[in-house]
Amino acid sequence: MISSFVGVLFDGFAYGMLLFLLSVGLSVTLGMMNFVNLAHCSFAMLGGYVTVTLMDRLGWPFLATLPVAFLAAAGASAALERVLFRPLYRASDLDQCLLTIGVVFVSVAGAAYLYGTVQQPVQLPGYLRRAVTLGSFRFPVYRLFLIGAALAVTVVLVAALECTRFGARVRAAVDNQRMARGLGIDVDGVFAVTFALGSGLAGLGGALAIEMVGLDPSFAFAYLIYVIIVVSVGGLASIGGSFAAAALLGISDMAGKYYVPQLGAFLIYLVMVGLLMWRPAGLFGRR
Amino acid sequence: MATVSLEAVGGAHGYLRAQTRWRRSEIAFWLATLLPFLLFPAYLQLASQIAITALFAVSLDLILGYAGIVSLGHAAFFGLGAYTAGLFSKFGWGEPLSGLILASALAGVVGYAASFVIAHFRHLALIMITLGMGLLLQEAANSASELTGGVDGLQGVRMRPLFELFPFDLWGRTAYTYSLAALFLTFLVARRLTHSPFGLSLRGIRENAVRMPALGAPSRTRVRQVYTIAAAMAGMAGALLAQTTLTVSLEVLSFQRSADVLVILILGGAGRLYGGVLGAIIYMVARDQFSGINPQYWYFWIGLLLIAVVLFLPNGILAGLDRAAARFRRRSP
Amino acid sequence: MLTTRIALTLAAMLFGVSPALAQPTVKIGLIMPYSGQFADTAAQMDNAIKLYLKQNGDTVAGKKIEIIRKDTGGVAPDVAKRLAQELIVRDQVDILAGFVLTPNALAAADVSAESKKFMVVMNAATAIITTKSPYMVRTSATVPQLTETFGTWARKNGIKQVYTMVSDYGPGHDAEQGFQRGFKDAGGEVVGSVRFPVANPDFSAFVQRARDVNPAAIFIFVPGGVQPAAIGKALAERGIDAKTTKVLGMGELTEDEARKSMGDASIGIITVYHYDHNHDSVANREFVKAFNEANAGRNPNIYSVGGYDGMRLIYEALKKTGGKTEGDALVAAAKGMKWESPRGPIAIDPETRDVVQTVYIRRVEKVGGQLVNVEFDRIENVKDPFKSRMAR
Repeated sequence: MISSFVGVLFDGFAYGMLLFLLSVGLSVTLGMMNFVNLAHCSFAMLGGYVTVTLMDRLGWPFLATLPVAFLAAAGASAALERVLFRPLYRASDLDQCLLTIGVVFVSVAGAAYLYGTVQQPVQLPGYLRRAVTLGSFRFPVYRLFLIGAALAVTVVLVAALECTRFGARVRAAVDNQRMARGLGIDVDGVFAVTFALGSGLAGLGGALAIEMVGLDPSFAFAYLIYVIIVVSVGGLASIGGSFAAAALLGISDMAGKYYVPQLGAFLIYLVMVGLLMWRPAGLFGRR
Repeated sequence: MATVSLEAVGGAHGYLRAQTRWRRSEIAFWLATLLPFLLFPAYLQLASQIAITALFAVSLDLILGYAGIVSLGHAAFFGLGAYTAGLFSKFGWGEPLSGLILASALAGVVGYAASFVIAHFRHLALIMITLGMGLLLQEAANSASELTGGVDGLQGVRMRPLFELFPFDLWGRTAYTYSLAALFLTFLVARRLTHSPFGLSLRGIRENAVRMPALGAPSRTRVRQVYTIAAAMAGMAGALLAQTTLTVSLEVLSFQRSADVLVILILGGAGRLYGGVLGAIIYMVARDQFSGINPQYWYFWIGLLLIAVVLFLPNGILAGLDRAAARFRRRSP
Repeated sequence: MLTTRIALTLAAMLFGVSPALAQPTVKIGLIMPYSGQFADTAAQMDNAIKLYLKQNGDTVAGKKIEIIRKDTGGVAPDVAKRLAQELIVRDQVDILAGFVLTPNALAAADVSAESKKFMVVMNAATAIITTKSPYMVRTSATVPQLTETFGTWARKNGIKQVYTMVSDYGPGHDAEQGFQRGFKDAGGEVVGSVRFPVANPDFSAFVQRARDVNPAAIFIFVPGGVQPAAIGKALAERGIDAKTTKVLGMGELTEDEARKSMGDASIGIITVYHYDHNHDSVANREFVKAFNEANAGRNPNIYSVGGYDGMRLIYEALKKTGGKTEGDALVAAAKGMKWESPRGPIAIDPETRDVVQTVYIRRVEKVGGQLVNVEFDRIENVKDPFKSRMAR
C-alpha cells in the first residue's frame, strides 16, 4: 500500500517535471514578455528533431545533443523574433495568436516534409534505461534524470533572473518598457535574448521529452494544451509557479489514474478548472 | 438641461439607426451567397459547410468580438447541438426544423448554466476554464459511448425531407439552402442585437468591465445573456452539420474545432459580424483548394496565409479591407 | 465547332464535367488522413498504392486509371462524407477507396450506398463497417478477427489468467471485448482490466495497477504511433518482462519504430497481426524489396499491405467486368475473389464482403542482432467472427 503510494508519488512528480521542462520556456515568453506564443511547441519539436538527427544520423551521445537542441531552438527563434514576432509585440493578443498558429502550421508541414510522418525512434544509452532499486522501490533512472534536469533548470533560471544584471534588465524591460528604455536599457536586445532563452528551453524540453512521449510532426499541436495548462495554473511569469503547478498536475494526474482509472482522462482538466476557479491568476500569479 | 438630454437621446437613436441601415455592400454580399447555385453547383456541399462554419464563427464573435470573452471551448455548444439533433433523429424524430430548434434551445440552456461560471472570470483563467469545460464534455461523450457511439460516431442518423418536400441530396442543394437560410436568419438576429443598446453595452464591457455597472449596465447579467445567445447559435450550427451530413462524432466537441473557429474568426476580423462569415469563406475555400492540390503539406500554405494576413492586414481581413477602402475614399473625393 | 468547344469548356468549368477524353478512364477517389495525427498511416498506404500502379501500369481492361487524393485531416466524418459526395458529383469518380479511420469510412459508406458506387476500405477495422453499404469490400482486417482469435489461441497455449489494458475508445473497446470473449469462451479467466485515455503520455500508473494484480499475462491494445513505445518502456521500467509476465498485444505494439525505441525490452512480447514485412514468402519478399526501393529503405506495414491488396482487388475486379464500373458489377466480381497477397492467401467472403485470411502469432526475438517479429504460429482461413455471429 505504502510502496505503491511512494511509487505513484515518484512517477507523478517525474511526469510533472516532464511537463515543467516542456512548459518553462512558455512562462518566459508568454508569462514574462506577454507574447501569446502558441508556437512554443514548434520550438520544442525543433529541439527534438535536432536530438534525433544528431543521435541517429551522426551517432552523437544523447547528453551531448541536449545543448545543441537548446541552441538550435534559441537560434531559430531569434531569427523569427527579428522578422516576425518583434513587430507584433504591441499588436493585439488575437493577432499574436493567429501569427503563431500560422508558424505552427508551417512547422508541422515542414517537419513532415523533411522527416516524413513516421515516429522518430530514440534509443537512450544503457545507463539511462536502467532502474535503481531501493528496498522494495524501483526508480527508473531516466525519471530521476528528468527530475534532476528540472531542478537544475529552475535553479539556474531563477538565479539568472533574480541575481544577475541581465535578469534585472529583463525584469525592468518587462515591467515597464518605456521607463526601461529611458534608463538606457537596450529593450529590443533584452527582449530578443529573453525570447531566445524561452524558446531554447522549449528545445531542451522537447529533446528531453521524446524518450517519453515520442516525436512526429503532430508534436507541435499535441502538447500545446498541456504546456498552456501548466503556465496558466502556475501563474504567468512565475518560474516557481510553473514548477509547483507541473508537480501538482503530474502527481494528481498519476494518482487519479492509479486509484480511480475511470476518471483518468478527466483528471488533469478537472484539477486545472478547479485550481483556476480557486485562484484565477494561477498559484503564484500576481496579475 | 432637458433639451440637451433629449437631443442626446435623439442622437443616440440616430446613431443606432444609422448603424442598422442596410449598406449596399451588405445587400450585394447576401445576393452573392446565392451565386454557388448557378456558378458552382458541384460545390454546394462545401458551401453548406462554409455556411455552418460561418454561423459558428458569428456565434463566437458575439462573445469574443463584442463582449471580449475569449473561448477555447466553444465547440462544446456546437457538439451539444450536433448530438442533440443526431440523437433526436436516431430515436425516431427525423423532422429537421424541430430538431434544429430543440438542439439550439438545449445548447442555449446549457450555455445559460455555464454562463454563471463564465461571467466570474476574465483573461487567461477564462480562456482555460472554457477550454477545460470543453475538454471535459468531450471526455464525457467518449465515456458515454453507449449513447454517443464514442469515437466511431453516432450511427443511424436519418433525416426526413425538409418540409417533407426536399430530401437532402448528394449534390447538397437542399443542404446549402437550409444552412444558408439558417445562417441568414440568425445573422439578422445577431445584427439587430449588436446594433441595439444591448450590443453597445457589450462593447462597453469589452473595453472596461468594471466601469459599465456604474453607467447602469450590469456587466455580468449582460455577459450571461450574450453567452446564452451565442451558445444557442453554436448549437444550431452543430445541429445543422449533423442534419446535413448525417454524421456526429466526438470530433464535433474537440479542441481542434474550438481552435479552428477561433482562427477563422480572427482571420476574418473579430468584432464585426461579417468577419466570421468572411473568415469561414476564405479559410475553408483555401483549405479545400490547398489540400486538393497537395493533400500532405497543405498546412504549409495555410500557415503562410495566416502569417501574411497578420503582417499585412492586422486585426483581420475585414479590418484591412476597411482601411484600404477608407484610404481609397480619401484619395478620390 | 468553336462554339461547341467553348460551350464544353464552360460546362467543364461550371459543372466540373470534363468533355469526352480520348481514352476512357476509371477514376478512383482516395479519402485518407494525409495530414494530422494519422498522416503516417495514410502515407504508408499511399506508398503501396503508388507502388502497385508502378508495377502494374495505369491501364486496366482498356481503361486508364486516374487517382484523385483527398485529405480528411484526421477523424472527421463530416469532411469525409462531403469529400465522398464531391468526388462523385464533381469529379465523377467510379470507385471510392482508402479509409484509414472507422468514422470516416462509416460516413462515406452512406454515399457509396446511395450512389451505388464501389467502395474499398483499405484499413478501417471496426467490424460493422461493411454492413453499411452493399457496394463495399474490405481488404484489411477486423479487430475481432484478430483479437478474438488471439484470445482463443492464448488459452489453448497454456495461459490461464489475463489482465487486459486497452485505450478507452471504439477500437480499444472492440479489442478488449474480442480478446476477452475468445479467452473466456476457451475457459480462461480475466483477472482485471483497465482502460486508459486516448491521449495519455505516461502509462506508469496503469502499468503499476496491472503489476499489483500480478497476472500471468497482460493483453494490451494501443493505437499505433507514439504509444506502443511509451507503454513498452513503462513495462520495462516497472520490471515487467517476458520472463515474469507474458505480454500479449495487437501488432501495433511491436511495430518497427516501437521495437526500435523499446530496444531489448521488447524481446518476448507476443502479438497478433495479419501482416509483417518479415513474413516469409516469395510474394512478400518481392513486395518488400520493391517497397524498400521505392521508399528509401522503409518497410511496408499493415496499412501498406491493405492498400496494395485493395488496388489489386480493384484491378482484378475491373478485369472481370471488362472495365464496367457499376457498383453492382464490381462488387459481384469482388465477391469470392482469392489471391496470394504478400501477407499470405486471402479471399473476399462473398457473404460479408470482408477479408478471410491467415492470422499470425508472432514473438519479438533477436535475429542476427536485429529485433524482429518472428511468426511462430498461425490460424488459417479466419473469418470475421462478429459478423458470423450476426448472421446466426
